[in-house]
Parts: sequence; structure tokens; C-alpha cells
Amino acid sequence: MDEMSSGLIQAIRLIITRDPALMQIVVVSLRVTGTALLFSTLLGIPLGSWLGLTRFPGRRWVIALLYTGMGFPPVVVGLFVYLMLSRSGPLGSLQLPFIPRLFTVNAMVVAQVIISLPLVAGFTMAAVMGVDPNLRQQVLSLGATNWQATLAVLMEARLGVIVSIIAGFGSIISEVGAVMMVGGNIEGATRVLTTAIVLETSKGNFDLALALGIILLSLSFLTNVMMLHLQGRAFEP
Amino acid sequence: MSDVVYRLEQVSKAYGSREVLRVDFLKIQEGEIFGVVGPSGAGKSTLLRLLNFLEAPTSGQLHFRDSYSSNGSRAPLDVRRRVTTVFQRPVLLNTSVYGNVAYGLKIRGDKEVRRKVEATLAQVGLSDLAREQARFLSGGEAQRVALARAMVIEPEVLLLDEPTANLDPYNVSLIENIVTELNRERGTTIVLVTHNVFQAKRLAHRVALLLDGKVMEVAPVQEFFEAPRDPRTAAFVRGEMVY
Repeated sequence: MDEMSSGLIQAIRLIITRDPALMQIVVVSLRVTGTALLFSTLLGIPLGSWLGLTRFPGRRWVIALLYTGMGFPPVVVGLFVYLMLSRSGPLGSLQLPFIPRLFTVNAMVVAQVIISLPLVAGFTMAAVMGVDPNLRQQVLSLGATNWQATLAVLMEARLGVIVSIIAGFGSIISEVGAVMMVGGNIEGATRVLTTAIVLETSKGNFDLALALGIILLSLSFLTNVMMLHLQGRAFEP
Repeated sequence: MSDVVYRLEQVSKAYGSREVLRVDFLKIQEGEIFGVVGPSGAGKSTLLRLLNFLEAPTSGQLHFRDSYSSNGSRAPLDVRRRVTTVFQRPVLLNTSVYGNVAYGLKIRGDKEVRRKVEATLAQVGLSDLAREQARFLSGGEAQRVALARAMVIEPEVLLLDEPTANLDPYNVSLIENIVTELNRERGTTIVLVTHNVFQAKRLAHRVALLLDGKVMEVAPVQEFFEAPRDPRTAAFVRGEMVY
């Protein structure tokens, strides 16, 4: 119990004093999370809608792969990205400007997108498939273009679509294994809240680890409150 | 009055190997209420989907005025937007009554959404419910919203697919009056599909009997009910079973 209370006190102290090391870690965490979530949303929502609305040969296989991806062990993703991006790996050896180097923020973003994309796409697909199939016919009959009809279906599925974004966010912010492997937990560069917690715990600094944990939870909570707020307002007619 | 809106020649529609509709010839005139009666499974709803260009005929020619003839390709947007359907079961958008009625106008980029929506809601007696969420409406109210969102875009042709099935007499007469008024005052051409012969008798100018995907008889309403040429029509209007 001692660690708990001293952790809480330290968390408050770190926040009030705006500890520069902590601020750095929070900024990197938010940058990785924000960028990865942006990409997985921009790719995942169209992919999920497409899978939910169209029928094509092999669709079941794609969905089976997607569901597998939803439960993919992050360390395996981390290992995969590590091997791809390392200097001798198939992508890393190309030395192309848009391919991130290992142990950078961008490499962490790549891993995070791979982890969260199946969640966003999978939950979006389920939400879209839950919409009354007659709705599409109805809005087409009212003169909607194909694109407008798809948009109408997504609007009907909006609750589920927002849940998909929240699930993607949750998987990214809580991820530790993959970002540790491809980011390297470098102080002042690729250290994020989760990897810092692992490090401080292994060093025996339980109160600092706990403080970081409390800050992580608070950030997650605040973000979710903001998203729920968005859900309530932005989608009203 | 005598302009032809739809002309169907040798039109058929099949799903896989199952042919559900075969119309040798059918004309629908401008400004009429054209009733289509027949037992369920006769192909009535399929006919409406073809007339709304939601599906293309498997073979044959479907002409819409001089604007469009089916040739396997989908009807262009500006043609599709001149026709709309009120389905038997209204699928409303999960938003307010106002939002539902405004939908067709918004996707057209209409400039006078507010005025038109309010006028139409008044017409169907739903002004008080404009701000209500559509999912809380009763069946009759929901169907009136469906009718309002079809009327508000001022279609040339309004297709009605069993619009009053399962509704109470009050809502049935309300909807029938709105439809009659729409036809009389705006000259909207209406195709009314119903299994209720009395409704066809009350509203339609001409009536067709559809049986097993084929048009058995087309006649002016009086003739259809009082002196049908086809014995199957006679049996159907008497309420006897038709195979």
C-alpha cells in the first residue's frame, strides 16, 4: 500500500512541476498514438465499410485474416517490423526516404498501425453489417449516389464506427512489446509511457512506475471523454 | 394527359435461373394513378424496382419518356432522381423526423431545405413531431415520414409499394388522401402496388393484375372491377383464390 500512496503523490508532483523528462515522454506517447490512430482510422474505416458492404470471392478469407489480425500478438508484429526495417531487412536495406529507420518514432508508428488497423476495420465492418440492408435501397431510391448511400450507411453505423476508433486508440496507447522492440526505449527520443513503466519497474522504482501508470490512465480517460463528447455532438443532423 | 411515362416491351427479370417477371407490353401514362394488384410473390415489388431503376431488366426494353432506355447500363443520376419509392416497411434514418425528410433535398444540394421540409411536414400532419427522433415513431407516423421524404423532392413519378399494409384505418385514409391530392394538384404520376383490391378501386385510374410475373389484364378501374375480361381477374376481385 505504501507504494500506491507514494506513487500517487509522486504522480501529482511530476504533473505539477511539469517534470521535463516526463513531458518529453508524454509528448512522444501522444505523437505516436495520434499519428498511428490517424492512419489506422483513414485506412480502417474505408476497408471495414468495403468488407461490410460488398460481396466478392475470397471475402471470407479476408475476414478470417482480419479477425486474426484483431488478436495478433503485438510482440510478433514488433518482431516482424523489426526484421523488415532493420538495416539488412527487405525494406530497411532499400534506404528509401519514406521507409522509417529502426529505433525511431516513425518505426513505432508503423508497428502501431499494423496492430490497430485490424481492430478499426473489423469493428467498422461489424457495425456496417448491422445496418438494415434495405436502408441502402431506400436512400438510392431517394436519389443518392453510390457514395452518398455508403455515407448514409456509415452514419447509421456511427456508434459502432466510433467504438472502432476507441478500440484502436486503446490498443495503441496500451501497447508496450512492439514499441519496445522497434523503438528501443531510447531516452529523450523513443521512450513512451508504457516502455518507461517497464523500465522503472525493472529498476525497482515502483512509485515512479506507478506515477507513470496513473498519468497513462488519466490521458486515456481524458481522450475517451473527448471522443464520447464528439460522438454526442458531431453526428447530430 | 396522354404522354407516356414508362413503356415496357418484352421486359423480363430473373434472379439466377428463376424468372420472376415477364411483361410483354405495358404503358404508364403521365398523371395517372396506376394500380397493380396481385397475390404476394406475383412480381409486384420487382416491377417497382425496375421502374425506380434500382435494378435493370434481364432482357427487353424499359423506356422512361425520351430520357432513358434500359440497355443493361444503370440509369443516369438525373433520371433516377425523377422517380422515388415509398416501400412497404419504411426504413428511416436514425435521426430526427426533420432530418429524414430533409435527406433527399440535402443530397441534391437544394437551397430551400427548411421551407420545403416544413411545408411537407404540414401536409402530412407531422409538424409537431419535426424534432422527434424517427425511431420513436409509431408505424403510421413512420410511414407518413416515408411519404413526406418522397414528396418533398417533388418526383415526377411516385412508386408506392403496399404503402398502407399493416396500418390502422385512420392512417390508411390519411395516406390515401395525401396520395390522391398529390396526384390531383401536382399531377404526379403514381404507381400503386397493393394486394388490397379495395384500395386499388378507391385510388387508381387504371388497374393491372399481375400473376406469376405476368400481366393478366390492364383496364380502366371501373371496367377492371365490373366487367373484367379475364376470368382470373374476376376471381381475384371477388376475393377468391387465384393460383
